[in-house]
Amino acid sequence: MIDRLVKYVRDSQVWQSIFRHGYPDTDRNQSLVMFSSVLLHLHPVKIRRSALKFRYTMCLGGLSAFMFLLLTFTGIFLMFYYVPDTRAAYGNIKDITSNVFMGGLMRDLHKWSAEAMVFLVWAHMFRVFMTGAYKAPRELNWVVGCILLTATLLLSWTGYLLPWDQLALWAITVGTKMAEATPFIGYAGPWGQQLGFRVDNDIRFLLIGGTVVGQNALLRFYVLHCVALPVIITLGMVVHFWRIRKDGFSGPL
Amino acid sequence: MAERDTTENIFPRNPKKSYALMELVKGQGFQTRKQPEDTVFVWPHLLYIELIAAVTFLAGLLWVCTFKHAPLEDMASADTTPNPMKAPWYFLGLQELLVFFDPWLAGMVLPVLMIVGLMAIPYLDVNPKGVGYWAWRERPFAIWTFNFGFLLWWIFIIIGVFFRGLDWAWYWPWDDWSQHKVASSATLNDMNVILQGWGMGAAGADWATYVLTILYFVVFLALPAVLWRGFSKQLGAVRYIIVWGLFAAMMLSPLKVFLRLAFNIKYFMVTPWFKL
Repeated sequence: MIDRLVKYVRDSQVWQSIFRHGYPDTDRNQSLVMFSSVLLHLHPVKIRRSALKFRYTMCLGGLSAFMFLLLTFTGIFLMFYYVPDTRAAYGNIKDITSNVFMGGLMRDLHKWSAEAMVFLVWAHMFRVFMTGAYKAPRELNWVVGCILLTATLLLSWTGYLLPWDQLALWAITVGTKMAEATPFIGYAGPWGQQLGFRVDNDIRFLLIGGTVVGQNALLRFYVLHCVALPVIITLGMVVHFWRIRKDGFSGPL
Repeated sequence: MAERDTTENIFPRNPKKSYALMELVKGQGFQTRKQPEDTVFVWPHLLYIELIAAVTFLAGLLWVCTFKHAPLEDMASADTTPNPMKAPWYFLGLQELLVFFDPWLAGMVLPVLMIVGLMAIPYLDVNPKGVGYWAWRERPFAIWTFNFGFLLWWIFIIIGVFFRGLDWAWYWPWDDWSQHKVASSATLNDMNVILQGWGMGAAGADWATYVLTILYFVVFLALPAVLWRGFSKQLGAVRYIIVWGLFAAMMLSPLKVFLRLAFNIKYFMVTPWFKL
């Protein structure tokens, strides 16, 4: 009876349209699963046995990508309860931690996986350097990786402002102070004033939308954090993974 | 698994013929134009590893979340300035550089040089050796230089996180972090002022510091060519200048730290537009 039911479901048009082949326990199906799944096809069908060695990659790149997924998931959850308004933001965070179901856990998880991602990306860069995996023909992928590293740092940094607590305000104030000292385009930097830049028209003003970190800065950082930088990282990751497949894995023979 | 007997049965070898069936092999799939290789299917071998790594890491994060919660201080207020003001930990290395450099260098020029320098690495490294394994001996210069910079970055971060307290003064873990430190009695001097103390004229002292600064970069650009002829030839002129220019820029940080700690020198060059 159950067997017949299973067979009926498996032979149905709906099932066949989702699972194009049987369970991947034969060579044929293990190949087909990689071809037919958009997520799995980031991988090759077969890899060298030696490339499985944990001590070569230590899974650092993969875990960085996993952190990004986890951050997207928890981040979307937090976005449901958060308004980037200086009058509301702090209260929203308080609500998330104490009143929202699972809110505290989601925020903690978002925070610690963000810190972990920064660390993992650095560690991944260190591993890639030490194993010479940036050398030809993989030069461009190293450059893409450096862009992803920078984007990760900026993503983490823009998120730092959003809780709108003392920690956030002053950490970003310190950070954006640096921007005003940019040579040529910052009013406090070398040749900034000579070129006509003032506190209300230089690069820092562009970044925070004002002369102090306030409502405009919060909105700008929110948009950068939730839209602009994730899009950049996603595109970067697409190229990064694609290039691994095209240039070949650097691992031991 | 080669099938010698079956092969012989189907197509017996004939020494008079220039062609023959080489080998029949048993298996579930087929491969053509491939050397025999030691490969495995990604499903399940690699996917299991990825899954285990992800689940383990997630479990670790959840465990951290049970006892350490994301910090939330009082609501932001422009009226109360915290002391010390600290950037997120991953930028504390740059903030620590502010002690030694002006903001335009610590906050802008040096970070940009770091990122650009990192991006340039594959194009500057002409050594083809050491791909695909943890290599140390085959590429000493690359490994030492990279790790020196990487270590500097982390040392500055650790100092910023664990040793900087009120007024950004140095605090040991066993110090009372709520008490302000008495300002050091040693006053910091600029190089040109020190030179004036040695009897130089004001303009002469200024020019001497300019020359010293240029000399610093000239030494870094000239010395390696003399010391490591072969290596320099390998690099070629353009790579050589970029490599040692970036190297000199990297060494500015330890140099400034050393000058500050050993001789109380704040700037070694002062111009009307910027100080170094």
